[in-house]
Amino acid sequence: MGKDQGMLPWKEVPFGVYIMEPGNSAQFKTGNWRSLRPELDKEKCVKCGTCYIMCPDMCYDQQDEEGYYLVNLFYCKGCGICAAVCPKGAITMVVEEV
Amino acid sequence: MGKRIAKEVSIAIADAVKLARAEVIAAYPITPQTHIVEHLSELVANGELDAEYITVESEHSAISAALGAVATGARTFTSTSAQGLALMHEILFIAPALRLPVVMVVANRALSAPISIWNDHSDIMAERDIGWIQMWAENGQEAVDLVIQAFRIAEDRNVMFPTIVNIDGFTLSHVIEPVELPDQEEVDAFLPPFRPKYKLDPRKPLTMGPVGVPEIYFEAKRAQDEAFRSARRVINRIWKDWAKRFGREYNAVETYRMEDAEVALMILGSMAETAMTAVDKMREAGKKVGLIRLRLWRPFPVQEFRKAVAGLPVLAVIDRALCIGGVGGPLGTEVRAALYAAARRPRVVNFIAGLGGRDITVEDFEEMADRAAFYRKKRPKEAYEYIGVREV
Repeated sequence: MGKDQGMLPWKEVPFGVYIMEPGNSAQFKTGNWRSLRPELDKEKCVKCGTCYIMCPDMCYDQQDEEGYYLVNLFYCKGCGICAAVCPKGAITMVVEEV
Repeated sequence: MGKRIAKEVSIAIADAVKLARAEVIAAYPITPQTHIVEHLSELVANGELDAEYITVESEHSAISAALGAVATGARTFTSTSAQGLALMHEILFIAPALRLPVVMVVANRALSAPISIWNDHSDIMAERDIGWIQMWAENGQEAVDLVIQAFRIAEDRNVMFPTIVNIDGFTLSHVIEPVELPDQEEVDAFLPPFRPKYKLDPRKPLTMGPVGVPEIYFEAKRAQDEAFRSARRVINRIWKDWAKRFGREYNAVETYRMEDAEVALMILGSMAETAMTAVDKMREAGKKVGLIRLRLWRPFPVQEFRKAVAGLPVLAVIDRALCIGGVGGPLGTEVRAALYAAARRPRVVNFIAGLGGRDITVEDFEEMADRAAFYRKKRPKEAYEYIGVREV
């Protein structure tokens, strides 16, 4: 999981707002854009990996020891695609409580 | 030191760009800027200037190509006027935010409509807040000097902001003046090659111009403003170096016969030449009139300006542009704002003159000085007054 480096004070903003290292978007937290969170029902899940394939932000990038796909909430924006495409209806979008 | 020769100012500016060893020129011809870029294209075509001349289909493309070029670390020049400058508008804001130090000469011309190819300042005043360093040339020599200085200022690692040199269309661009072009060796000694700390280079990739989400946009603009303001010190240092090498002094604010002045005329650009003649004439007639000229417009030299008007009773600010529906001309409103917090300030009388190529004559300057003197005791009724418009 990355560390959020987006909240800099103005004196630390890089020259010209350049991104000096390519690929550093991995460090940018998008999880706080989310209003709905995917929840997995392991009773229904068959570990097919459709969520992993279809997630536009590649949030299902890890599996636990039993092989279930884990959502990375640092990046997950709560778009709900995983829940919509899950062939077993194992993923439910629930309201994110603040 | 170079020889003083008679040259059309546009041609002299192109020669100055050559002396600065510009590496990329991207421009679209438009009156009254045409001779500058025409001559540059000749210099490149004849092999006299080793540069890439990018012919483009519009000013929007000219400035876009220029920014791409300067981002790769090439010394880059462009030039335009009026509608061309307006067409560049959205890209103009991007250059300083990305710290891309392109140098541009704007041959000032009235914006349409009615269609006018003639001089006033409405084109550049519409681009007042783009975040470029902006200077005004009074004559041909100054245009040449400022163009060479502009590259050094813009490209200084403690500046890295694009820079505009304003020259009045026709009254400067198309006149033949005695101009001294410095020798190549002298310019080379003054202006080192452009070596930016960051540039677009496939061997060392970086991203210029990423999205600024609400979490960073505000901080980015705050940082840009601060960096821009601190460029003042560098500009002064470079002008001192220029004076030492070439013997011609440059200041952010120039004054003329301001000792014991009761009324001062304040102008931008080439108007100064006529205004000085008017001041001399009025001084001979015993009127205590002086002249203040702003050479540096952005960043606005607040301290130098306040010093120039210290103890002055009345300041007549002459605008060659109109803010329709506003509270004064662009220079007039800015001057009033700069003086508002000052402990002692002159009464500011704002005149709008010389729109769309209307000459501002010696007599016009005399009339403005007289009207301003009248307002020393009596507050003007209007926020600004017109000079040189037919009433009947």
